[in-house]
Amino acid sequence: MKITLDADACCGAGQCVLIAPEVFDQRDEDGVVVLLDAEPPAERHDAVREAAAICPAAVIGIHA
Amino acid sequence: MTARPIAVVGAAAAGLAAVEALRRFGWRGPLTLIGDEPHLPYDRPPLSKQLLHGVWESERLLLRTTEQLDPLGLDLRLGTRATGLDTATRTLTLDSGERLDCAGVIIATGVVARTLPGADRIAGVHTLRTLDDALALRARLAGPGRRLVVVGNGVLGCEAAAVARELGHDVTLVGRGPVPMARTVGAEVGALLAEEHRARGVRLVTGAVDGFETTSAEGAAAAEGAAAGTGDAPGGPAVTAVRLTDGTRLPADTVLLAIGSEPAVGWLRGDPALDTTDGLRCDAYCAAAPGIYAAGDVARWDHPAHGLPLRFEHRLNATEQGMAAARNLLAELAEETRAAAGTDPATDTAATTTADEAPAPAQERRPFAPVPYFWSDQYDIKIQAYGLTDGADQVETTVLDRAERRTVALFGRGGTAVGVLAAGLPPRQLRALRAVVATPVPWEEARATVRAVTTG
Repeated sequence: MKITLDADACCGAGQCVLIAPEVFDQRDEDGVVVLLDAEPPAERHDAVREAAAICPAAVIGIHA
Repeated sequence: MTARPIAVVGAAAAGLAAVEALRRFGWRGPLTLIGDEPHLPYDRPPLSKQLLHGVWESERLLLRTTEQLDPLGLDLRLGTRATGLDTATRTLTLDSGERLDCAGVIIATGVVARTLPGADRIAGVHTLRTLDDALALRARLAGPGRRLVVVGNGVLGCEAAAVARELGHDVTLVGRGPVPMARTVGAEVGALLAEEHRARGVRLVTGAVDGFETTSAEGAAAAEGAAAGTGDAPGGPAVTAVRLTDGTRLPADTVLLAIGSEPAVGWLRGDPALDTTDGLRCDAYCAAAPGIYAAGDVARWDHPAHGLPLRFEHRLNATEQGMAAARNLLAELAEETRAAAGTDPATDTAATTTADEAPAPAQERRPFAPVPYFWSDQYDIKIQAYGLTDGADQVETTVLDRAERRTVALFGRGGTAVGVLAAGLPPRQLRALRAVVATPVPWEEARATVRAVTTG
């Protein structure tokens, strides 16, 4: 799994950090998403899929 | 027998989340997604922000590309409206006259913008709910020096007023109450927003609309020629002013009616099994009737943690509830299949799922108990809130830095903290504040935590 972000569209809701804190974080100054792990291990794939589905700005892209 | 589809009515955020979740949770049968707009599922919050501003084009709002939608194997019906539902047989009627016999239905038809009588016949008077609405208003604001009156000082009106000011237009914001967004953010945060709007040059007016003044039809036609390409219907009278009930006359060449919305439930009123008072009434599982679920702006459901029926017009709720409705519908269908397996096939009714329609893995129905979240962007201010803010009987606002608009507010109901709102706080603090209202806690306990979080 490879993750890409469209960070310009991020609305700073922070749901991704709540769901997958090992993979996503937010910038302190504006809350914009930061990718901690672009190729997370298999045990985190479900959480990443959940985060991508929940993201209210459809910012998280998942690639095989 | 041909396998019956699950139909999702409404092809915006909630409907999209529902169809994706149905596939993710194992529905392999036919899946129909019905949307009354001609567009692929798109995102609405940017309509009053980036799209209206012109920094984003429509394509940027698409929630999925066709390449992303293809694997879902949808029977996608865009530009199609559902006109009726028989809950007993789970049969949908479409505006084409077609009847769809469904295994289950998820209703995600959202809301429609409220308007004023006759407004749709006056050029220059707009509402803002759909992409087409936003593009029409944007075209109008593309020219220089418009005189815009925004009627309604809720979230939508405030966001649109901010964008129009940033574009350099003359903007008047009219509200029935003097404080913008007071119902949603409380009087003190609302007062901060009022300060910001005034500082940016927006005129704030309190009053109720009595009517519009317009050109004659002939004059409007001439004006229309001058403003060609603005997307207005030609030939009608054009707005020249908004008249308030106290006699105030606000000159305008463009008006945005941002006076709230109505749940899109008119098409469901024919079925007495459904309660459509202010949205489609659902239980804690988002079920409105056996096999019939609802999600998003249209759904009023029993929130288990708050013990009262709630309906949110929030972007995050649309996704979360779409997923929850999908999960719970599949769980119910699996249960029906198990029950049917133990009965005589002759008693099998049309509303019972057959074995080949059953979802593969058995799901468990779960009450839908989210921590509500909404945000609003105005100028450089981002307001974010968790839990319930609307309907609070107690609000404590702490202005941390007035010039920077850094603020936190706690909302209570019956001695329990139920909501928290912040502007200008770092994300770590925000997440800590969310935890304060994730489950209702006593007011004093929540106050102490908020103080610790924001001063720590």
